[in-house]
Amino acid sequence: MDDPADVPDAVPDAVPDAVPDDVPDTASPLARYLAHLQHGELAYQIDADGRPVFYPRVAAPAGRRDPLRWAVSAGLGTVHATTVIAPKGEAAYNVALIDMDEGFRLMSRVELLPPEQVRIGLRVKLRVLPAQGDEDPCPVFDPVEAAARGLP
Amino acid sequence: MKGGLTRGAVAVVGAAESDLGEVAAGLSVVDLMAQGVHRALADCGLTLADVDGVYAAAGQSRMPSTALCEYLGLQPRVQDSTMMGGSSFMTHVAHAQAAIEAGLCEVAVVAYGSTQRSAGRRNVAPREYNPYETPFRPLTPATAYALAASRHMHQYGTTREQLAEVAVAARQWALLNPAAWEKTPLTVAEVLASRMVSHPLTVRDCCLVTDGGGALVMTSAARARHLRRPPVYVLGVGECISHQAISSMPDLTVTGAVHSGAQAYAMAGLRPVDIDVVQVYDAFTLTTLLFLEDLGFCAKGEGGAFVADGAIAPGGRLPVNTSGGGLSYGHPGMFGLFVLIEAVRQLRGECGTRQVARCETAIAHGNGGVLSSQSTVILGAAATV
Repeated sequence: MDDPADVPDAVPDAVPDAVPDDVPDTASPLARYLAHLQHGELAYQIDADGRPVFYPRVAAPAGRRDPLRWAVSAGLGTVHATTVIAPKGEAAYNVALIDMDEGFRLMSRVELLPPEQVRIGLRVKLRVLPAQGDEDPCPVFDPVEAAARGLP
Repeated sequence: MKGGLTRGAVAVVGAAESDLGEVAAGLSVVDLMAQGVHRALADCGLTLADVDGVYAAAGQSRMPSTALCEYLGLQPRVQDSTMMGGSSFMTHVAHAQAAIEAGLCEVAVVAYGSTQRSAGRRNVAPREYNPYETPFRPLTPATAYALAASRHMHQYGTTREQLAEVAVAARQWALLNPAAWEKTPLTVAEVLASRMVSHPLTVRDCCLVTDGGGALVMTSAARARHLRRPPVYVLGVGECISHQAISSMPDLTVTGAVHSGAQAYAMAGLRPVDIDVVQVYDAFTLTTLLFLEDLGFCAKGEGGAFVADGAIAPGGRLPVNTSGGGLSYGHPGMFGLFVLIEAVRQLRGECGTRQVARCETAIAHGNGGVLSSQSTVILGAAATV
């Protein structure tokens, strides 16, 4: 986050998650992550010292301290890196790395903009695509301004 | 951490490629590994009967050292299929040095083979499903390097033209290498106008897709001095892993080569200014820039300016990837072994019109995955030990 504009005013307080009713305590980290997405939420983990961990794990990696607890992101972030892929005969699409305000990073894409107009530093808001057929629910992002206008 | 390996205790004594480019139909990965081993042994005058250490990695073989041992009819004292992508072979060199120094084996071969071009890339490299990346359809590995390039351009003002200079320099070197796949000149404008793969990387910013293989032979410095070819001594080694998937890379503009290089320089007692020829795994034009920075040949962020005036092309300030590299010589999937082979050949002075004058030290740097595993070897001619 080298640009001053990239830095959010304050890291939002972690929102403790309520375990979705349909997730047993023995669920894998991935199953629990996907269950949250099913409820429209982007879940991540927080270590004993309050530091974020993503992707979700069964135990804390080196440099983080167990126990890991789960939290739900407020859904706001900033584009950290971006590319455009234009497969032969298909519509071009965006792939981006998003830095969430809570301090973790994930791969996703920005929609509602032509893919080549997605810029590093762009503020974005989470939108979860519901599960479809064999495909799991999927966290994508919209530019904050477009999201505020009630699109899509 | 104090290293346990001794500078100059072990040497590379044989080096050879297998068939390259698009190999004969039906040739297998193990055929190519074995062809490399036989040619590398012939290079130094040793035979299979001398080999008691076998090191191999391959993207198309689950147990490559075991498969190679069966094929060659060997029961070596040591075998090792360490797999960390294209940097595996630099790490094999370190492991082989450790085994030779410890007396676990005396003559080690390091081998690779790939038929990714003739077999069709989609048939040979199934990607592991990553639930946190695969749904977004990244074009792996190009998209990962493109994301890193977007950061380098954003933070340091690096341009597509500067990236293209890397491809042009590689092509100029390749035109001096009879074994290179590419045979025609390339311009910056042509790189920029090529089909975009994952912005900002065009197909000419990406490594080739070819078949190929090869092998190295290593033994103790004492034994090396009695063999056919001039010994190339292992002066330093180092490795670092920073992540596997690009979304977990700590800083997209800084690779683990900072650490692997520092370890190798420390063991070798050398600095970047002491290196005569630079061989770095150029999976993409960006990686050459990153490794020139992270191995200390220019400051972080200055890689684009460093290469912009032909500095790494033939006749430039610093000879880099003199074979033509993965961008223009050939890229059979895991290029690390070929990086080492070219470093050995330069130190032996056998590179013909692309030979670097007064070449006594070389750095051979391998990259695995998506800037994930970095492994560095510093090699030296007889005058360095």
